[in-house]
Amino acid sequence: MSKCNVSVTVNGKSVSAEVESRTLLIHYLRENLGLTGSHIGCDTSHCGACTVDIDGKSVKSCTIFALQAQGAQILTIEGMAGADGKLHALQEAFREMHGLQCGYCTPGMIMRAHRLLQENPNPSEAEIRMGISGNLCRCTGYQNIVKAIQYAAAKLNGVDYKEAAE
Amino acid sequence: MNAPTDPTSLERAEKLQGMGCKRKRVEDVRFTQGRGNYVDDIKLPGMLHGDFHRSSHAHARVLKIDTSKAKAVPGVVAVLTAEDLKGVNLAWMPTLAGDVQMVLADGKVLYQNQEIAFVVATDRYIAADAADLVEVEYEDLPVVVDPFKAMAPDAPVLREDLKDKMDGAHGPRKHYNHIFNWQVGDKDLTDAAFAKAEVATKDLLVYQRVHPCPLETCQCLVSFSKITGEITIYGTFQAPHVIRTVVALISGLPEQKIHVISPDIGGGFGNKVGAYPGYICAAVASIVTGLPVKWVEDRIENLSTTSFARDYHMTTEIAATRDGKVTALRVHILADHGAFDACADPSKWPAGFSNIVTGSYDFPVAHLSVDGVYTNKAPGGVAYRCSFRVTEVAYAIERAMDIMAQKLGLDPVDFRMKNFIKREQFPYHSALGWEYDSGDYHTAMQKALDATGYRKLREEQKARQDAFKRGETREIMGVGVAFFTEIVGAGPSKNCDILGIAMFDSAEIRIHPTGRVLGRMGSKSQGQGHETTWAQIIATEIGIPADDIAIEEGNTDTAPYGLGTYGSRSTPVTGAAIAMAARKIKAKAQMIAAYLLEVHEGDLEWDVDRFRVKGNPEQFKTMAQLAWAAYNKVPPGMEPGLEAVSYYDPPNMTYPFGAYVCVMDIDVDTGVHKVRRFYALDDCGTRINPMIIEGQVHGGCTEGYAIAMGQEIFYDEDGNVKGASFMDYFLPTAVETPHWETDYTVTPSPHHPIGAKGVGESPNVGSVPCFANAVNDAFKFLGSTHMAMPHDAYRVWQAAENLGLHR
Repeated sequence: MSKCNVSVTVNGKSVSAEVESRTLLIHYLRENLGLTGSHIGCDTSHCGACTVDIDGKSVKSCTIFALQAQGAQILTIEGMAGADGKLHALQEAFREMHGLQCGYCTPGMIMRAHRLLQENPNPSEAEIRMGISGNLCRCTGYQNIVKAIQYAAAKLNGVDYKEAAE
Repeated sequence: MNAPTDPTSLERAEKLQGMGCKRKRVEDVRFTQGRGNYVDDIKLPGMLHGDFHRSSHAHARVLKIDTSKAKAVPGVVAVLTAEDLKGVNLAWMPTLAGDVQMVLADGKVLYQNQEIAFVVATDRYIAADAADLVEVEYEDLPVVVDPFKAMAPDAPVLREDLKDKMDGAHGPRKHYNHIFNWQVGDKDLTDAAFAKAEVATKDLLVYQRVHPCPLETCQCLVSFSKITGEITIYGTFQAPHVIRTVVALISGLPEQKIHVISPDIGGGFGNKVGAYPGYICAAVASIVTGLPVKWVEDRIENLSTTSFARDYHMTTEIAATRDGKVTALRVHILADHGAFDACADPSKWPAGFSNIVTGSYDFPVAHLSVDGVYTNKAPGGVAYRCSFRVTEVAYAIERAMDIMAQKLGLDPVDFRMKNFIKREQFPYHSALGWEYDSGDYHTAMQKALDATGYRKLREEQKARQDAFKRGETREIMGVGVAFFTEIVGAGPSKNCDILGIAMFDSAEIRIHPTGRVLGRMGSKSQGQGHETTWAQIIATEIGIPADDIAIEEGNTDTAPYGLGTYGSRSTPVTGAAIAMAARKIKAKAQMIAAYLLEVHEGDLEWDVDRFRVKGNPEQFKTMAQLAWAAYNKVPPGMEPGLEAVSYYDPPNMTYPFGAYVCVMDIDVDTGVHKVRRFYALDDCGTRINPMIIEGQVHGGCTEGYAIAMGQEIFYDEDGNVKGASFMDYFLPTAVETPHWETDYTVTPSPHHPIGAKGVGESPNVGSVPCFANAVNDAFKFLGSTHMAMPHDAYRVWQAAENLGLHR
């Protein structure tokens, strides 16, 4: 199997590794770079547990070859907290609003939410639900994930979070 | 326990973050940063990867397995078949249900995707490549997928190994494809009650085959050391101690040299209770190669091989008086167990606790008979987010009650209210042998009716029906009601064991000199948040802040022996063990306090986080002070240190209950539904962390929604498994998932040390019949009595078509 060198910038750091050309990006991240925060849940691009941010887009990293990301800027869950260890507003929000249980979908969900809020800083509940519909969660029933994203959006916008009436 | 009264006590109690508060989860700090530690995150030096070649046939003789091409692939280290496993006596393995199961196909295959060969290679891509190159020659055999045809006189013999063995693990077998018959209740009295019934219903209620489908599949990493003879198994195990004992029993390795570790688990829902061929093959491969071997199943393998849930075909009969009083219940269940009986039930319960089928109603007599049969489907039969077979029968009784109400012309709620077990009847002895610990059903139901404006909903429904008949709308409205009683917390040693091990659970609490705490339990969280809630119980019991208490689970070398987490047993059993261990610590601390304060123990009283002298509250010792003293100033003759272990054997199960209401609109021309409202009232006794309870209810209702409205692991006549990927298997996204309204009442369990009953699975049990009742309720006025699950748009459209609504 032919090998190739894949060089990318992950979480602000230039990295490269020699991999088989068929290596999926998720395996490159997890196996070659040791970034195990992104997970594999389905192998068929449905569950979104492997979602990372590539050049400003949400990408399911089980769906592309590492080689296709050559030269790209990649952001993974490991790069979300500040260098000082301060949690990103979304990370804080998921904990605050109980937006996770087993934690397996969480990194992908947070990465997707991160891009969603870049695209739409003030999403409605329906927009959030549609915006994360490529990411499956088996534990939470999504309700508190939606709240967490609303909470983070408020925080990032510098306004107080108000829980919608039941 | 004295309730805190003065403001300082209240303030101190709040700081503890103990029981009853919405403490934020400890686990989330690592999970939100991608620092969880799941099995596939673990890498060991020299690690190999295993992958299976699986059967493309549902029932066939295996004439030849050629592994030569697979072995020739560079990087392939070994290819195991049943012949290799026979050398170590592991071609077959025992199941939890007293049957045996092939680890790798031995002479024949009995279901599609059954494991045939295990390829071990230096890389997971190579292992997958080589697995494809294994060549198998088959001779097709006739296939049985319909459990009703399994016991036909001319049915093909599935289990040739059992063909002449007519005495099974649970008594005599009637047919070579029969597994067991299990009966409970008084048949004669029940038959007599039906013979003179004023009104009776009889319906076949089918709970389709589904799969728990946690987002992380089943996986393991096994490392055997040829030098020390020790084996370390990291795995997605809901019950790590049981796995260790099973490994010891079937491998002959000494149990102290077996280290089973469940790291973080990405959801379980029952899927990760059993032992699967992948675990055995990885272990054998590691023993053979002396290198660590990892096995990670993919999603299709998960959905089609590592267990299933339900597949219960329940003929349900209710007898009642004309004015709506139930007089008898008679149920026959045909249970499709697949090719091997690998059901994960307590060993003496071949059909789980399905004798909770009388539900929340005061049936004077009842009879239940269950027949298990073999078919050409995957083995399993796990409790998918429910106590053993409870959700199946909750569906049966809740559907049947609706059907009877319809026949009697009664509102389904009025009919339920009339037949509920009354508060003063608890502890209640059911006709099928259970002792319900506590309940207040009428109050819960009434609260649900008030909260949802139930009577108004019925008026609105009537108006909608009239409008539909006039042709003004094509949308009909259903109001689903379900009232469930669960039975969880397995279980008392008198009737619950797994392979002979009583189903107790355990806690060990150590107080360090600085007043910080380490708690270790025999349970294993898979998302339930034990690290958060167990600390809350300890905090309230001994007055040390939850933030100062670390919780560890899952490592069999360090945690006390426990039976694990499933069947909502952690809070009823482990939670009780935690309270009991904490109370032992408190008792010792009291002796130390009396010694230090120079008073009699009886002169002390507990106040949140301290023992104080009665009548002189300024004289006190805090638990933190007592912790320090336990290591340097104990009374003469007392052992130093402050730690305790409790193994808790529960005196009874717990019986959580709840009232659920669903309002649904259905377009009869498309079959598309919209859940307008879903209200879930749960009574799980004492509430440890309301935030986590709410989260559990959201998740369980979402699973229930998926099951009722779309999930099915379907097999065609040739035994091809359909729907075993996320292309077809319905997992709702955030878009389809309804909004959940939660509510509660609190009826503590009288026998549990803190009164808690468990909640994780109640919403799955209650929501499935609630959704099904809503769909059926919508069509009732058009003459329909029962439609089978799952109620996806096509099936609902088909039902409308059959009712002539499209002409």
